[in-house]
Amino acid sequence: MSNRRNKLNWLNVYAVVYMVFLYAPVVLLPIFAFNSSTIIAFPLSGFTTEWFGVLWTTEALHNAVRNSMLVSVSTAIISTVLGLFAARAVARYTFPFQRGIMGLVMLPLVLPEIIIAVSLLIVLIQLGLSLSLWTVVLGHVLICTPFSIAVLSSAFRGLDPSMEEASFDLGETHWGTFRRVTFPLVMPGVISSLLITFTISLDEFIIAFFLTGTDVTLPVYIWSQLRFPAKLPSIMALGTILLALTVVLLILAEFFRRRSATRRGLDASTTEGLI
Amino acid sequence: MLDTEKPHARTIIDLDGVTKSFGSVQALKGITATIREGEFFSLLGPSGCGKTTLLRMIAGFEDPTTGTITIDDKPMAGIAANHRPTNMVFQSYAIFPHLSVADNVGYGLKKRRLPKADYKREVEQALAMVDLGGYGPRAAHTLSGGQRQRVALARALIMKPKVVLLDEPLSALDKKLRDQMQLELRQLQRSVGITFILVTHDQEEALIMSDRIAVMFDGQIEQLATPEELYRRPVNQRVASFIGVMNFLGAQATGSTDTHVSLDVQALGKIDIPHSGLPKGMKPEDIHRVGVRPEMMTILIDGAPSAERIVEGEVTETSYYGDMTYYSVRLNGLETPVTISMRNTAGRAVLRPGETARVGFATDSIIVFR
Repeated sequence: MSNRRNKLNWLNVYAVVYMVFLYAPVVLLPIFAFNSSTIIAFPLSGFTTEWFGVLWTTEALHNAVRNSMLVSVSTAIISTVLGLFAARAVARYTFPFQRGIMGLVMLPLVLPEIIIAVSLLIVLIQLGLSLSLWTVVLGHVLICTPFSIAVLSSAFRGLDPSMEEASFDLGETHWGTFRRVTFPLVMPGVISSLLITFTISLDEFIIAFFLTGTDVTLPVYIWSQLRFPAKLPSIMALGTILLALTVVLLILAEFFRRRSATRRGLDASTTEGLI
Repeated sequence: MLDTEKPHARTIIDLDGVTKSFGSVQALKGITATIREGEFFSLLGPSGCGKTTLLRMIAGFEDPTTGTITIDDKPMAGIAANHRPTNMVFQSYAIFPHLSVADNVGYGLKKRRLPKADYKREVEQALAMVDLGGYGPRAAHTLSGGQRQRVALARALIMKPKVVLLDEPLSALDKKLRDQMQLELRQLQRSVGITFILVTHDQEEALIMSDRIAVMFDGQIEQLATPEELYRRPVNQRVASFIGVMNFLGAQATGSTDTHVSLDVQALGKIDIPHSGLPKGMKPEDIHRVGVRPEMMTILIDGAPSAERIVEGEVTETSYYGDMTYYSVRLNGLETPVTISMRNTAGRAVLRPGETARVGFATDSIIVFR
C-alpha cells in the first residue's frame, strides 16, 4: 500500500518537474521583456516598457509583421478551403485509390520541413519562378493542409449524413445544402482549422527562410535580429506580444467551439475540442 | 388479390420490376407493386430485406439498377430527390440543430420565395397540425424525441408532397410514446389525405397503422395485403411466423371431395377444409403443414364441451401477462408444445404447469401451408 503511494508520488513529482522545465522558458519571455538591462540574465535590474517602445518605431519589424500576416492569413484560408473539400470527400464518398491519395496528401505531416523547403526551392528555380511571399504561401499550404484535413475530418465524422439528405429532399440544391446546412454545422471545425493553420504558418521558419525573396516574415526577421545582442530585449518584448496574442486566439477559438457545441445540444466539456 | 379497400383510388406510385445491386449483392430482386393515392402503405420486413433501399429509391437517394419507378404518372428516372414530389421523415429525424423550430419547418418553403406573411402563416399552420403551436422560436436542440419527430413531420408536410416517406420514424421512441404516436400519425395521415409510406420492422406497428402492407424478405415482396388478410391468410410459413405467432403442425391430405379436402393433422386428428380455404394454385397433395393462431385455440376450464373439436394435452409453461395468459401445451401425440393465449376474464382460473388441459378449436381457424 505505502509502496504504491510512493510510486504515485514520484510520478507526480516527475510530471511537475517536466512541466516546469517545459514552460519556464516561456515565463522568462515576459520577465525579461520588462527588464531594463540589455543583458538577458538574473538578477533583474529594473522595470521598463522601453523595449515595447522600440518595437513601435522599428520600420523593418512592421514590414515583417505585415508580410507574416499576409502569408499566414492566405495560408489559413487556402489550406482550410482545400481541407474542407478533401475532408468532405473522404467522409462521404469512396473513390478509387482513396487510401493512396489520402496518404500522399497527408505525407507533409511526417516529411522533414527542410526536405520540403529544399525540393520546392529547386523546383521553383528550375521553373524560373521568382521567390516572393507567394512562394512561401505555396510551401505553407502544403504543410498546413494535412492539419486542416485532420481537424475537419473529425467535424465531418460527427455530422449525421441524413442532415444533408434531408436538406436535398426538401428541395434545396447541393450548393444550397452546403451553404445552409453543412457549412454551419462544421463551422467549429472550420474555425479550429483556420486558427491552427494560421498559427503554424505564423511561426514557420525553415520554408519561409528558403522560399522567400527580399520580403521576410516575422520568424525570419527575429532570427536575423538575434545576431545583435542589443536587440535581444526588444525581441523578448515581441515574443511577449506574440505569446499574449496566441493565448487570446486559443481562448477565443475554444469559446466559439463550446458555444456551437451547446447550440447543437452537446455537452461542451465532453466533445472533442482544441483544448 | 382479395383486398377490396379503396379500389377506386388511383395509382400514385408504380414500381415495375425494380432491382438494386450493390456490387455483387442484389439488395432488391424485382419489386412490382402499385401504391394508391391517399393510402397508408407499409414496407414490413426484417433488417436487410431491402425495405429501406426501396424507400430511398422512391425518395431519389438511390437509382434502381433496372426497372422503373413512376410517381404521379411521371417516370422518375434521372429526377433527383430535390425535384421529386416526395418528402422524407428520417430515422434520426435529421432536425437541423443550428436552426430554430420554425426555420426547420420552413426550410423547404424558403426556396419557394413566398411573401413573408404567407410564409409565416404556413409555418404556423404546419406547427399547429402536429400540436407544436407556439414552439416556433425555440432552438431545435431543446426538443424531446417525440417533439423532434413532430417537427420532422411538419417539415415534410409543409411541402405539400404527393407522398410522405417515413423511415422507421418511431423506433427511437419509448414504448408508451410510440403507441401514442402510432395513433396520432394514423389520424394525421387520414386528415391530410396524403399517401404515407412507412418502413418498419415492427409487425404490430404495421398492422395498427397501415391500409396495406408489403411484407418483404430477401429483396422481394412475399405478400402484399391488408393487415387483416395478412394475419388471417398468410401465403406461406415465413409470412405467418413474421406476423404474430403461429403454431405449425404436420399435415397430409387423405382424400378430396367436391367441397372439401380431408386432412390428417398431427395431434388434431382428421379435419375437413373447404376448397376455398386453399390458397390459389395449391393442390391437396401440396399441403404438408397447417397453422393455428394461439388465440384460435381455447383451454376449456369448466369442463363444458363448448368447442367444435377438443383435444387433450399437458401444460408445460404458463406466462401470465395480466390481461392475457400464454400457455405452452404439449398436445397428446406431439413432441413440441403449442402456444395458446387466453384472455383472463373474470373468474377464469390460471392453469399451472403439469395440469391437464382440454383444448378446443374450430376447424375453420386452420390455415394450410405447403
